[in-house]
Amino acid sequence: MPTQILMPALSPTMTEGTLARWLKGEGDAVEPGDIVAEVETDKATMEIEAVDEGVLGRILVAEGTEGVEINTPIAVLVGEGESAADIAEPAAFAAPAEAPAAAPAPGGNGASPAPKPGERIFASPLARRMAAQAGLELASLSGSGPRGRIVKRDIEAALAKAPAAPAPEPAAAPSPPAPRASEAPPAPESGTVAVPNTGMRKTIARRLAESKQTIPHFYLTVDCDIDALLKTRKELNERSDAYRLSVNDFVVKAAALALRKTPEANASWTDAATLRYERVDVAVAVAVEGGLVTPVVRDADNKGLAEISAEMADFAARARDGKLKPEEYRGGGFSVSNLGMYGIREFAAVISPPQAGILAIGAGEKRPAVKDGALAIATMMSCTLSGDHRVIDGAIGARFLAAFKGLVEDPLTMLL
Amino acid sequence: MAETEFDLVVIGGGPGGYVAAIRAAQLGMRAALVEREHLGGICLNWGCIPTKALLRASEINHLLGELDSFGFSAKEVSFDAEKVVARSRAVAKRLSRGVGFLLKKNGVTVFDGAGRLAGGGAVAVAEKDGGTEEIAAPHIVLATGARPRALPDIRPDGERIWTYREAMVPEAVPGSVLVIGAGAIGVEFASFYRDMGAEVTLVEALDRILPVEDAEISDFVQKAFEKQGMAVHAATMVKSVEKRGAGLVAALEPGGDVAVDKVILAVGIVGNTEDLGLEGTAVRVERGHVAVDGAMRTGEPGVYAIGDLAGPPWLAHKASHEGVLCVEKIAGVEGVHPLDPRNIPGCTYCRPQVASVGLTEAAAREAGHDVKVGRFPFAGNGKALAFGEPEGLVKTVFDAGTGELLGAHMVGAEVTELIQGYAVARTLEGTERDLMATVFPHPTISETMHESVLDAWGRALHI
Repeated sequence: MPTQILMPALSPTMTEGTLARWLKGEGDAVEPGDIVAEVETDKATMEIEAVDEGVLGRILVAEGTEGVEINTPIAVLVGEGESAADIAEPAAFAAPAEAPAAAPAPGGNGASPAPKPGERIFASPLARRMAAQAGLELASLSGSGPRGRIVKRDIEAALAKAPAAPAPEPAAAPSPPAPRASEAPPAPESGTVAVPNTGMRKTIARRLAESKQTIPHFYLTVDCDIDALLKTRKELNERSDAYRLSVNDFVVKAAALALRKTPEANASWTDAATLRYERVDVAVAVAVEGGLVTPVVRDADNKGLAEISAEMADFAARARDGKLKPEEYRGGGFSVSNLGMYGIREFAAVISPPQAGILAIGAGEKRPAVKDGALAIATMMSCTLSGDHRVIDGAIGARFLAAFKGLVEDPLTMLL
Repeated sequence: MAETEFDLVVIGGGPGGYVAAIRAAQLGMRAALVEREHLGGICLNWGCIPTKALLRASEINHLLGELDSFGFSAKEVSFDAEKVVARSRAVAKRLSRGVGFLLKKNGVTVFDGAGRLAGGGAVAVAEKDGGTEEIAAPHIVLATGARPRALPDIRPDGERIWTYREAMVPEAVPGSVLVIGAGAIGVEFASFYRDMGAEVTLVEALDRILPVEDAEISDFVQKAFEKQGMAVHAATMVKSVEKRGAGLVAALEPGGDVAVDKVILAVGIVGNTEDLGLEGTAVRVERGHVAVDGAMRTGEPGVYAIGDLAGPPWLAHKASHEGVLCVEKIAGVEGVHPLDPRNIPGCTYCRPQVASVGLTEAAAREAGHDVKVGRFPFAGNGKALAFGEPEGLVKTVFDAGTGELLGAHMVGAEVTELIQGYAVARTLEGTERDLMATVFPHPTISETMHESVLDAWGRALHI
């Protein structure tokens, strides 16, 4: 079947390039390793090698085209016996440079797709009003009233147990009937202790199960050399007592800038359309007693490190006290989860719907690294992107990670 | 003495016990009911029902005194106390037979006798005919109810000093009555005897009559009673009651001596916790009542307590609901929740009637609510005026923020038949918006309920 050849990212900082010259023409046979085209970046002219075998069925981007974004399909390779006629119209392929017309999204970022018709939530009038006043999403609660109706005690329980519900709550995500929380936990067998599920635990359970069951996750990992970052951090922290930057503050900033450069990853899947967010709002997982919450650093790409740092410190403190406001942990187009402080080398996080990606940050640790052809010691940090493949293709994810890695390894570029 | 096995045994056949037994049978359990006296308990035989029959008679007597205002005249109207009492007893008897029929229809085995825990899931039944039988079940529901609290110095003698029991079957209406205790039972007897023509003195130790009701309602009823010629003394103790001549002299403090023909004691009730075999079990008795959790479980596995035995409010409908929820919990029915006491309406059938549900205004404020209060008097209601009942008030208490109906307090004609409208609103968790949007039919006294809600938001239309 036809395979696309995408504009590759030939350097970590490359976002686009000029397609200088085609070395193969339509109809030419291509072997893996063949040079099919030359691309000029801001730094150099580089060659695109074919990865697959086939026939160059159609050239999508003409020679001399400037500003071709990475991951844009530039040609289509067809297999033996196939012809150019088998190539679906380019429109059928993912991600031309222009964003697809997104469905009008109320409120810009954090836009939740509208609830599907027929997803009626049964709740008492009082429960509805209390939920509205507390900023609770009814969809996040399971009802204990007759036939699962959400009643006052469910709201009170949610407020008492989880003042800050985790993660952005998609109004859409038509949840399967939430497991009915029976009044009394089942009688534990001896040697077992039944810990009642808090509202937060139930929400986490429901949303993450839904995420893993419905979102086709895939994972990409890069290792970042953070020696330069640590040095920059040290220097900046020594300059003033007004802030105390953490590695995670750099990570949030780098992720935000990488998202700005890779808007395809700052998006949500809906059946009607892929919603791309204009703003870069990064949700950051914060562990709290009994679960986690994800306060959102809004417009993180436009914020300075000190600002991000101050915001995160405030969020973390208030999250632990359960005092985050719903508007502070709702929404966000992308998440960052950092377990580095626990010594985790690398891990793959579960996407928080309706987002399409979450970046899992491991510990910065000294590892053998090859630098300039010689074995050296570098502080390396492994970062794994979990992507929703319905929205983010492998190459988009790779491009995001490349951008992220570039920023982390060369933190001064965050100033650009 | 063969031990008979059941799935569930209920001890006590009042409105808690017999309803629990029927519900158990409906859920497929082999259910047994042990009753020592008569099915239906106090409620049906010596409480709710026969007193309502008596109060209907006293209401008629009151209306006969008002005939002129309706354009009638009648001469030599009189009543025969014996017949009034006989009617009351007949109503009770008929209903008691009805309970027996319902139990039979549902396949509940009834044992005539006194039941007590015999350990290990067994219940020993001392049968009325002198025999004993032992039955057993993994679940035993105690529903033995309560009896009047006695005062240490004022002992009922069945002659001049009565409990509810004697007060319900008078041979004649006494010339004067002192009612000690102005809770629901006390004020109902006070009202009955006053409307039957007795001079009535009503004494309450707490600072107002009907102390569990909203203070405005207590005040309203006291004024109405006084208008009817009743002597009402709140914050008053009865120090002693002594026989003098054919009657009694009661020493009130403050207030001095009062001479009366009869005294009715209505100073609360205590649970029937004795002779139940609770000794040596983990069942805890606290202040005369069996301590239970929200599922009516006592401390002893497999032993439950419901109704008056399990504590206030002492209301038949509360007992029935507890019986149902207890049995449903046992059967594993889903979605069973503890009874919210704020959703249990209370009704008092004095004249004027009193009905309420939820929190009083004072309790709502004490609980920290920012409240909105609405009031509407019967005087602004067409049906009440046409009915000849212009005295009444509907007071509603809302949480100002959420619009939750925290409490509703009514006094006036037929309010006991109306309160369930607010009870439904509370159970369904309606807000003021839902109550405002509800169409109340015209002309009815229920329109006052709508207006009271509107008034809480300054929107009452007919005042």
